[in-house]
Amino acid sequence: MSKIEAAFAKGKAFIGFLTAGDPTLEKTEEFILSMTEAGADLIEIGIPFSDPIAEGEVIQRANVRALSVNTTLDRIFGMVKGIRLKTQIPIVFLTYLNPVFTYGYDHFFRECGSSGVDGVIIPDIPYEEKGELTPFSEKYGIDMISLIAPTSRERIEKIAGSAQGYIYCVSSMGVTGVRNEIKTDLSSILSDIRAATNVPTAVGFGISTPEQAAQISTYADGIIVGSAIVKIIEKYGNDAAKHLYEYVFSMKKAMA
Amino acid sequence: MTDGRYGKHGGQYIPEILMNAIIELEKSYNYYKNDPGFNNELTALLKDYAGRPSLLYYAKNMTEDLGGAKIYLKREDLNHTGSHKINNVLGQILLAKKMGKKRVIAETGAGQHGVATATVAALMGLECEIFMGLEDTGRQALNVFRMELLGAKVHAVTSGTQTLKDAVNETLREWATRVDDTHYVMGSVMGPHPFPMIVRDFQSIIGKEVKEQILELEGRLPDAAIACVGGGSNAMGLFYDFIKEPSVELIGCEAAGSGIDTGYHAATIAKGQLGIFHGMKSYFCQDEHGQIAPVYSISAGLDYPGIGPEHAYLHDTHRAKYVPVTDAEAIHAFEYLSKTEGIIPAIESSHAVAYALKLAPELSSEKIIVICLSGRGDKDVAAIAKYMGVNINE
Repeated sequence: MSKIEAAFAKGKAFIGFLTAGDPTLEKTEEFILSMTEAGADLIEIGIPFSDPIAEGEVIQRANVRALSVNTTLDRIFGMVKGIRLKTQIPIVFLTYLNPVFTYGYDHFFRECGSSGVDGVIIPDIPYEEKGELTPFSEKYGIDMISLIAPTSRERIEKIAGSAQGYIYCVSSMGVTGVRNEIKTDLSSILSDIRAATNVPTAVGFGISTPEQAAQISTYADGIIVGSAIVKIIEKYGNDAAKHLYEYVFSMKKAMA
Repeated sequence: MTDGRYGKHGGQYIPEILMNAIIELEKSYNYYKNDPGFNNELTALLKDYAGRPSLLYYAKNMTEDLGGAKIYLKREDLNHTGSHKINNVLGQILLAKKMGKKRVIAETGAGQHGVATATVAALMGLECEIFMGLEDTGRQALNVFRMELLGAKVHAVTSGTQTLKDAVNETLREWATRVDDTHYVMGSVMGPHPFPMIVRDFQSIIGKEVKEQILELEGRLPDAAIACVGGGSNAMGLFYDFIKEPSVELIGCEAAGSGIDTGYHAATIAKGQLGIFHGMKSYFCQDEHGQIAPVYSISAGLDYPGIGPEHAYLHDTHRAKYVPVTDAEAIHAFEYLSKTEGIIPAIESSHAVAYALKLAPELSSEKIIVICLSGRGDKDVAAIAKYMGVNINE
C-alpha cells in the first residue's frame, strides 16, 4: 500500500495545503509538523508561481510572499528532505507546469522520488496533455493526482479511470478561496467517480469550517483545505504554528 | 501537424474546469467555419459594420523620403473601432451567439481589443466585461471610458504586474467562475487550442486582402510583410496567406522597450525561453526558475511576456524573422509617419513602421514592402505627449 493509499485507509482524510516559503521555508516546515501533530493525514505543498491562474486572492498573496524570499524548487526539495527525518506523512506538491518544465521533467520527478514527495498535482495540465509527464512520474513512482471539476461531466469516466493516489474533486466553479456555501451537486459527481474507480476522492475549493468538513466528509473520502490555512498563516505569520494546530484539530474532530 | 500543435508549440494546458468549454468551442467553430449562413453573416458585418476591405495605401512621401523600397500601408487603423481587433471580435462574438452564450469577457492591454469587444457586444446585445491591468487603465484612460460608454464593465486588475499578462490571468479566473453562459473572446493568437487557430483564421483576412490588392496594384507579391508582435494577431493575420509564398519575407517586430539588454523589454523571441503558460507551449520571458518575468514596453498592447505558438513555430522553422524595436525607435516612427504621411499610427504599429524605416533604404526601388498599420494612434497621443514632456491637459 502506498503512503497516499494508507492515508485514506484509516478513515476520512484531512488534507492541509500551504504555500512553500510563506513566510519562510523554515516556517513552512514547522507549520507542516504542527498540522501533522494535530491530525492532518496528508499535506499539499504549493510551489510558488508568478501567475497562479487557478488561485484566488488569498493564495495569490501567499505566492507573492514566498517568491519575495527566493523560494526555489531546489530549496523546497531540501525542506522536504528535512521533514522526512521527522515524519512520514504523505506529501503532495501542487505546482503549475512552467516551473516543472523549466526544471526538467526527469530532474523534477527524480528529485520528488529522492526527497520523499509522494504525489504531484498540476492544475494546468488536463487529461489530454498528461502524457507529457507520465513517463517520468511512472519512472520514479510518483502519483499524478487528477482534478475533476463541476464541468467535467462525461470526462469523469476517463479521468477517474486513469487516476492515481486520490482524485481532487473541485467543489465549485471559480478559483480557490473560502466560500460560505457550496452549491455544486457533489454527491452526484462523487457517485459518477465511484462508478469509474476505487481511487479515493477528496473535495477541495471553498471548505473552511468544521460544519462543512463534517458534511462533505459524509460522502467524500477526504477534504482539502487551502485558503483557510493560508489565511491563518497570513494573519499570524511566524507565530502561526499553534493556531494551525488548533484549527486542524477542530476540523479533524468534526470529521470523526 | 496535429490539431492545436505548431511543431512543439501550442497545446491545451489549462485547468480541467475549462476543458469542456474549449472542446465545445472547437466543435462549434469547426462546424460554423464551413456553414455558408455563418460566413455570409460575418462577411456582411466585416463589410457593412467594420468597413472592410481596408485600404492598401501607397505611402509615396515615405517611399520618396527613404529612397529605397516602395512602401505600402495596410490600413487596419481605418476599421471601425480603429484597429484590426474588430476582425477577430466580430467572428468570435458571432460564434458565441450561435453557441447560445449570453455574456462575453475579454482581456485587453492597450484597450483596442477591449473596445472592439465592447463594441460588438453592444451591437449584438451581449453582456460584456473587460479585464485590464491597473497600469494600463492609467496609460489608456480614454479607452477605458470608451468601453464604459459602450456599456461594458471594466475591471482594473491589481494582481501581479498589473498589465496585459495579469489581465489574461484574471479573465481566465473569471471564465472558470462562470463558463456556462460566457465566452472568453481571446484577443490574440495565443492561449489554449483552439484560440490560436480561431483568431488566426479571423485575422487572416488582412493578408488575403493584401494579396489581392497588391496583385491588382503591382501585379506581383511584396518582398516583405512587416507587422508588430505582442501576442501576434495582426502579424499572424498578415503573414498567414504568405507563408506558402517563399519570396515574401515575413518580419515580426517585438517590443524591445528600453533595449533588449536592459531588462526592460517584452522581446520574447530575442530573450525568451521555451515554456508553458496561458494554455500554450511557446516562448516566454521568464527567469531561470520558470517564473514569468515582468516585461516592459511603452506600448500596452505589446507589453506581454509570451508570443502565439504559431509565431514560435515560424521562428523555429526560419519562415519568419522577429526583430526587436525599442521605445525610442517606435516613438520616432510615430512622429515620422504623422508628419510624413499625415497618419497617426498606434504606438504598437509604430514598432513595425520603425523597422521599415531601417529596412526600406537598404532595398532597391524595385522592392515592395507592406507594413500592417494595425491601429490608429489617437489613444496614444496623451502618453506620447507625456513621454516628450508636453503637458496637454486633456
